[in-house]
Amino acid sequence: MGPGDLAEVLSKLPVMQNSNVLVGITTSDDAGVYKLNATTALVQTVDFFTPIVDDPYMFGQIAAANSLSDIYAMGAAPLTALNLVEFPNCKLPGEVLLAILQGGQDKVAEAGAVIIGGHTIDDNEPKYGLAVTGMVHPDKVWTNAGAQTGDCLILTKALGTGILASAARADLFPHGVMAATTSMATLNAMAKKVAEGFSIHSCTDITGFGLLGHTYEMAAGSKVMIDIDSEALPLLPEAAEAAAMGLVPVGAYTNRSYLTTVTFAESVPEPIRDICFDPQTSGGLLFAVPEGEADELVLALHSAGVAPASRIGYVTSNGSGEIYVR
Amino acid sequence: MSDRIVDCRGMACPGPVITTKKAIEETSFGRITIIVDNEAAKTNVTKFAAANELGAAVEVKDGHYYISIVKGAGQPAEVDKCQATTIEAGCQVYLITQDTLGHGSPELGAVLIKAFMTTLLEVKPLPVTILLLNAGVKLAAQGSPVLDQLTSLASRGVTILSCGTCLDYYQLKNKLAVGEITNMYTIVETITQNKTVTL
Repeated sequence: MGPGDLAEVLSKLPVMQNSNVLVGITTSDDAGVYKLNATTALVQTVDFFTPIVDDPYMFGQIAAANSLSDIYAMGAAPLTALNLVEFPNCKLPGEVLLAILQGGQDKVAEAGAVIIGGHTIDDNEPKYGLAVTGMVHPDKVWTNAGAQTGDCLILTKALGTGILASAARADLFPHGVMAATTSMATLNAMAKKVAEGFSIHSCTDITGFGLLGHTYEMAAGSKVMIDIDSEALPLLPEAAEAAAMGLVPVGAYTNRSYLTTVTFAESVPEPIRDICFDPQTSGGLLFAVPEGEADELVLALHSAGVAPASRIGYVTSNGSGEIYVR
Repeated sequence: MSDRIVDCRGMACPGPVITTKKAIEETSFGRITIIVDNEAAKTNVTKFAAANELGAAVEVKDGHYYISIVKGAGQPAEVDKCQATTIEAGCQVYLITQDTLGHGSPELGAVLIKAFMTTLLEVKPLPVTILLLNAGVKLAAQGSPVLDQLTSLASRGVTILSCGTCLDYYQLKNKLAVGEITNMYTIVETITQNKTVTL
């Protein structure tokens, strides 16, 4: 669902109150955090979607990396996961389901977590994802609030997976599609591990609401204004070309019409604007760190193999979620 | 010169672009009209044409978009968007910043805005866009006295855009009954690129 439609429905539900809830649904964060005791909090998240690539094993890996990402975005370590599967039993052979689940399982194992169950429904179109539980010290939770004036923003993955998924359906830009597939299947574990050594003021992961949607959540949650340097954005190969030829998913237009606090400098080309709103699957982490640590963090990320990591903007002042893209 | 009509209504993204691509590849010389039923598809097909250095003219009929692309040497497809849309919608933009018309008696202003919108339906060409700002956004919300008129205008291809910040301020975001939500960038762009009248 688009951010606007979702907000409208959720606004009609009363908010449940519980003093152990450190992060709940009211702040549009990546996952919920529940304090068990002074040293331990549970982090929980769930996500599932329709196949974004043709290869079922790859789809399983991407869905798992995407579900696990919300745990990392809260600064937590994943512990357990539950499979959520919808599958057309009569239309597709069982090997396809096996490959999806194998992909998910391999990715969860890579994350050092374990799958302890799941639930399956017969449905026309396959869907897969996981509910993941992680653990974090209650004082070390990274939320989307907390970014401060002067902080630098660092993004750890290249943008354009939504546009390149459209390109894949059109059998175009195979090089970009392959790069997007690899990126989506990559865990945010290493980026999170490296960032633990720095003063992370705020963190979120870039998913369905696009770079600017999630930047807005951080800016609004932290009550600040953010400046994005469009020329510094890491882009997947051929993403801009694909956007220029109209392979822009509907979600990008939905995100664009919902985000009313974004202003672009006139010089920002249209394809780059599309990429800024492009819904990402298993996108990167977006960190807000003090200016003095920014270069060092980028360097550390590069050394750890998080090659796309880039400094993409900074927090200009207090505000209410305004974003300027120059 | 052959004319070809490709109906992409009901297709999910990127269907319209792929179908357009195929149609353009199959046509060496002639006009291709692509029909789509949503703005995202219209924008994407227009982008595809531009990327292939083909002009695209968009016409709006009954809320559907008819995009005509001309392929072949010596056939400039570049058609001014304004000229192409004269059947129903012209180039005029109205910027409405209050929920009544004119300064003076608010009671009279309420009567006038209703009369204005009703009359607007009768004139040709219709405006291309109506921008609603500040208390003007109340006109597009549930309970507005001119909702019927705005809905008719929208169904005839007039884009109705309400300022998101203003809807938030008046707590009307959930009550928007016609048109779409927009931001200041689009508002400024629309004003500067068109002949705009402020009411």
